[in-house]
Amino acid sequence: MRYIEPHAHMVSRVTGDYTAMVVAGCRAVCEPAFWAGFDRGSVEGFRDYFSQLTEHEPKRAARFGLPHFTWLCINSKESENVKLADEVLAMIPEFLDRPNVLGIGEIGLNKNSRNEIAVFEKHIDLAARREQMILVHTPHLEDKLKGTRLIVDILKNDRRIVPGRVLIDHVEEHTAGLALDAGFWAGITLYPESKCTPPRAIDMVEVFGAERLWLNCACDWGNSDPLAVPKTALEMRRRGHSEEAIDNLIFGNPLRFLSQTPKFSIG
Amino acid sequence: MMTKTEILDLYFADARSKLIDLAAFLDRIERSSGAGEHDPRVRSFRAALSHLQGGEAEKAKAVLLTLSDPTTEPVAVATTKGASGAWPQYPS
Ligand SMILES: [Zn+2]
Repeated sequence: MRYIEPHAHMVSRVTGDYTAMVVAGCRAVCEPAFWAGFDRGSVEGFRDYFSQLTEHEPKRAARFGLPHFTWLCINSKESENVKLADEVLAMIPEFLDRPNVLGIGEIGLNKNSRNEIAVFEKHIDLAARREQMILVHTPHLEDKLKGTRLIVDILKNDRRIVPGRVLIDHVEEHTAGLALDAGFWAGITLYPESKCTPPRAIDMVEVFGAERLWLNCACDWGNSDPLAVPKTALEMRRRGHSEEAIDNLIFGNPLRFLSQTPKFSIG
Repeated sequence: MMTKTEILDLYFADARSKLIDLAAFLDRIERSSGAGEHDPRVRSFRAALSHLQGGEAEKAKAVLLTLSDPTTEPVAVATTKGASGAWPQYPS
């Protein structure tokens, strides 16, 4: 089995997770910028984080033979502090040309507030001006439906945005169609309790079709499983999916989406 | 695609276990003290359960929609970062 883990917060994971992922067949890992579990106090905190994502973490992953890529942004959980968000947005371009930076992400909404929307729109503008791909986080639980609708409308209303270069992540049964019908890619996150289980993920692949879907574990500092993607592949085998279909979903699809930026090369 | 029998062979035991867990969860709430029955989480949970019966298609989607904020206007300001899993204004 081979797969690409397109969404994992490796700075929060221990070294043994890298070993387990590589042993399971992981060929590349992509790490969107994320909330640390607490609000960072200054733009310099973000500068250090972006250095970690573009310098230190790729070296750490390389020790396991694993190519490491990243997406940069300030998370929607920190968007109520608009002054800090503006400072971070002004700094991001310093990092965009680094070799492992795939685009802007994971941007999006958390509680669907006006400031979150304003900061989201500023990220989209930056991505459009710099021709960057976009990775979108949709809100949790009861806020996901409303947030996904707002996000899809905002993206559709910006004529500069090419839907095929945007992935809307953390979709579930009630939001997958919103993203896919508008031409975006969609990500299914396999996460204990709050997102999606392997059987439900496979249900969605069967219902919506695998054409513009990827699976990810979104493992971070919370209750999450860095091997959720290969475990779901095993579940697909139990459900009678062919090895070719499994490979296409967990390796071919992320490869196809991410290869739209020439920086994504896994040799 | 698998047959109904194959799906049952694969998932019935797991679904049965989750069904009993749900029933025990509701028993636990009813045995406990306080006014929790009026909590929007309980009200929307019971409403979501009603979608499991009958021949309605897309039951998972119906449950998720019942547990979602259906409004469309952005909120003025985010006063918390977390989510409870049910819309706090779910009608009684
Ligand atoms: Zn994430």
